[in-house]
Amino acid sequence: MSPIIDKKRAKDALRALFAIAAFFWWFPAQADAAEIRIAAASDLTFAFQDVAARFQTQTGNTVKLTYGSSGNFFAQIQNGAPFDLFFSADVGYAEKLEAAGLTAPGSIYEYARGKLVMWVPKESKLDLSRGLAALLDPRIRKIAIANPQHAPYGSAAVAAMRHAAVYDKVKGKLVLGENIAQTAQFVQSGNADVGILALSLVLAPAMKDRGRYVEIPPGDYPPLIQAGVILNSSRNKNLANQFLKFLKEPETVALMERYGFSIPSDVAAAHRGGKMSAPH
Amino acid sequence: MDWSAIFLTLRLALVVCATLLVVGTPIALWLSFTRWRWKFFVESIVALPLVLPPTVLGFYVLVAMGSNSPIGRWYQSFTGHGLPFTFEGLAIASVIYSLPFAVQPMAAAFSQVDRNLINASSILGASRLRTFLRVVLPLSVGGVITGFVLSFAHTLGEFGVVLMVGGNIPGVTRTVSIAIYDHVQALDYAGANRMALLLMAFSFVTLSITYSLNRRIWAVWPMHR
Repeated sequence: MSPIIDKKRAKDALRALFAIAAFFWWFPAQADAAEIRIAAASDLTFAFQDVAARFQTQTGNTVKLTYGSSGNFFAQIQNGAPFDLFFSADVGYAEKLEAAGLTAPGSIYEYARGKLVMWVPKESKLDLSRGLAALLDPRIRKIAIANPQHAPYGSAAVAAMRHAAVYDKVKGKLVLGENIAQTAQFVQSGNADVGILALSLVLAPAMKDRGRYVEIPPGDYPPLIQAGVILNSSRNKNLANQFLKFLKEPETVALMERYGFSIPSDVAAAHRGGKMSAPH
Repeated sequence: MDWSAIFLTLRLALVVCATLLVVGTPIALWLSFTRWRWKFFVESIVALPLVLPPTVLGFYVLVAMGSNSPIGRWYQSFTGHGLPFTFEGLAIASVIYSLPFAVQPMAAAFSQVDRNLINASSILGASRLRTFLRVVLPLSVGGVITGFVLSFAHTLGEFGVVLMVGGNIPGVTRTVSIAIYDHVQALDYAGANRMALLLMAFSFVTLSITYSLNRRIWAVWPMHR
């Protein structure tokens, strides 16, 4: 057996690898001052792509978006995750962070109330007009909801199913998405038969023409009050503030409305009355 | 194409591999030459990441690096920020996760070196370091390259640990595998497909190069012998 490797060349290769590795090790990590990192609840997946793009062209600053479930972000931020802004699908998480002194005081901005819908792919023959009672249809094998432990839309979905007295009967058919966007993906891809999703996702181009939905009456689940907050650890509070202001501009509000985020006048009032959903 | 994720992933993989060469070589050497009775315990510890779910590893790394642990506090006291959700934290977790992929091929190559050559080198008065550099390393360079390339490829494809420790921050901890996950969740299947194809092609090419380089030294498939 002759040696297959030419040792000199192998040594050179090793040296080259070392050199490349050294280059990458010392290559400066990017630290752009005019950049904000936003942790956004997954129901904002499509809306914020649009909003961030507009903010970027208008101000020239960079917005870096990370989507996930609000409860997950809540835990990460408590552990020091370096975000500037946090947009929660449940204002309760933002308030808990405020109580823990992790937010810029008084920066909580409630921008909308999230709406829960039941969505089925186009091909489905399910009669959505029956509301959540339609879930009892024996043809349904899998129902996608977000994980109620840490995703606000998931706990709202469970509350709505309890309200409709179907939860105990369909419990065994539930599949849990890590967040509401993944839940939508489960149904959109046809892997679940029906999903309880966020209105803001099903209005997006990728889902709009692919299926039908029915809104679940807002009284059937605790309100999903959406709130943004600036985090205390932010190194760029000015820009974070600028982004919050941008959200309040009429044009942005109109854009958000097209994605199903409207701020009903009673949101603030209902919230003050103490009827917010409790985070888990 | 998400270039910042691609660049970040390459950077992470190279940093991890370079660190593994420095950390893994002494471990591999020790494993191949020691006659310690309890050596198998160390071998098991090194191999643990092969069988542990990434969530177990990610969870413990997160706990160990967090602000409630001595390591986390010590790190925070002189850098001003914690380790989780940073590139450094990700690199440390990945080094642990890829350790067996570097150490095992290196140890296998080192232990195949003819002991007579090592003894001869010692008798002729060469120091241990010199013996390693002039005798052991040249004869097992294939194993070292295999270890480097395998841990490189493994770090490229890592997902669970990155998700748990990294927090999916663009440009800092959003690697290619996480970006694919994100694309799927945003229903951007075309984007997911582009990144997935790239990762698959790259991994295939990397592995093919390695196996073609040194089939003799460390065979994954038994029929190569």
